[in-house]
Amino acid sequence: MHRRIVMVSAVVLFVIAVLALGAPWFASADPNDTAVLDRLKPPSRAHLMGTDELGRDMYARIVHGARYSLAIAALTALGSVLAGTVLGLVAGFFRRLDAPLMRVVDAMMSFPDILLAIALVAILGPTLLNVVLALVLVYTPRVARVVRASTLVVRELLFVEAVRALGVRTSRILWRHILPNLLSPIMVQGSFIFAYAILAEAGLSFLGVGVPPEIPTWGTMVAGSQQYADRAFWVVLFPGLAIIFTALSLQLLGDGVRDLLDPKLKKTL
Amino acid sequence: MDTPAPAEPPRLMVRNLSTSFPTEDGLVRSVADVSFSILPGKTTALVGESGSGKSVTSLTLMRLLPKTANAQVSGEAPFVTREGRTVDLLALGDQEIRRLRGNQLAMIFQEPMTSLNPVITIGEQIAESVRLHKGLDRTAALAQAKRMLDLVEIPASAQRLHEYPHQLSGGMRQRVMIALAMACDPTLLIADEPTTALDVTIQAQILVLMRRLQAETGMSILFITHNLGVVAHHADDVVVLYAGRVVERAPVRPLFAAPEHPYTQGLLACLPGKVRGAGPTRPKRLFAIRGQVSSPLSPPPGCAFEPRCDHAQARCSQAMPALVETGASRQARCVRVAAAGVAAAA
Repeated sequence: MHRRIVMVSAVVLFVIAVLALGAPWFASADPNDTAVLDRLKPPSRAHLMGTDELGRDMYARIVHGARYSLAIAALTALGSVLAGTVLGLVAGFFRRLDAPLMRVVDAMMSFPDILLAIALVAILGPTLLNVVLALVLVYTPRVARVVRASTLVVRELLFVEAVRALGVRTSRILWRHILPNLLSPIMVQGSFIFAYAILAEAGLSFLGVGVPPEIPTWGTMVAGSQQYADRAFWVVLFPGLAIIFTALSLQLLGDGVRDLLDPKLKKTL
Repeated sequence: MDTPAPAEPPRLMVRNLSTSFPTEDGLVRSVADVSFSILPGKTTALVGESGSGKSVTSLTLMRLLPKTANAQVSGEAPFVTREGRTVDLLALGDQEIRRLRGNQLAMIFQEPMTSLNPVITIGEQIAESVRLHKGLDRTAALAQAKRMLDLVEIPASAQRLHEYPHQLSGGMRQRVMIALAMACDPTLLIADEPTTALDVTIQAQILVLMRRLQAETGMSILFITHNLGVVAHHADDVVVLYAGRVVERAPVRPLFAAPEHPYTQGLLACLPGKVRGAGPTRPKRLFAIRGQVSSPLSPPPGCAFEPRCDHAQARCSQAMPALVETGASRQARCVRVAAAGVAAAA
């Protein structure tokens, strides 16, 4: 059962990724081509998922939007996992740096996520890169905390002392012996943040401080069309479903990958 | 102060080693003024109960005490390297001691279940040490790792090389730990209760293995244990620690034949079985030394063992007796033997 869920999630993500990468082939319509006469048309053969308030093809926008939404989420996950892992490892391993680093992290975490992101984007300006940057700053503390906590556990294990007794230098102990033991929590955090970032980007766009409106992301689509939702459910349903499926699959896959990485569970999966 | 000069100089001498830890309640002296030596190819056993300073002694010598413990260490530990140089382990720089560790000085820990990295194959773990100290490449290091697994008699070594620690039993893991420690052919092996966590049958196998490796390589072993049976069979010299101090030092046979310090006598009396012969006063119940080890925060003013000693006299509680020579390479820290020793010498 467990195995099937992981497989299904992987397939869903794979399909979404293929659609995103090959967007021009899978959706020939221009996602920004407006046709005022065709506005808010329900799903039909010509427009698989209907059209939005400017008559743009929803299907084309979702497929092209996947590129941006996934790219933003992937970059956010990558950036915050890298930064958070380094921070957490250093804070957890070198006791003297622990308190100063973690107080900064605590301060960052004391802001509500979306508020901090809004403030950052407002200061930096609403570009794609700045949205990623803001989200990385928001999610880095989460990773840092989890990695620090796991480092605190692993650094006390006897094998760390044993490799020290073999003359292994500290940097190598961190990199080669402690980090691999933290991969499971890091993977899980990464997959969570990937999913959160899709939602957060949608939220930012919805609030009007996300990526510029001419870039189709799932978030800008929901944001731009929500006032028409009572007349044309498809304008929010399809981008909403895209967000849900992607986020859910990521979480489930992250869970599965963690089990896969655990050598003790290798045989059961 | 030290044993009469043997034919070969000791591989490691420990002179007046003291290790203290500052705590909120004051300075705790875990190891106080400990001296002993280990001859090439011989085994010196460090015996004592929990908290007597055995492990702190070994960690101090390996320089593995955590920096955050702020340990205050004094004394000297001249070690003769493979190249014939004599270096003081306690005074070496961080980088120099790291080069010795795993290379010339190796250590086996008590807990084989947790002493291996769970996410790295055992072959890689052994190879790491070889690559680090011998500069071999990956393939050569793995080949050496396989040879080491063969050396410690692990069956199907080629296959075991690629297995993870959890796939091995406790005894197998301790063999791997020994392989890991022996990979760079160390001249001194510190074994901190290497068999304590193992079944009795496995213990014997591991001890036989260690002895075989010692005979083949000529390494010295510092054997830390509280198991006197193991000491009797495997040690050449014995150092008995009590509350961080050496209370008796002797070659193994004389020590077991005629222990001089009341604590050593008590330890031997605690052994079950008829090892010590059936005298008229042979106890039917297991003997136990009464009382507990005194707190290191408030040591008694005199002999640390005085509160538990059946032979305590008034002067025992006044001052710590000195460690005195009582015979050929024998020392004891007790007012009673001190008198006897002086009388015998006179």
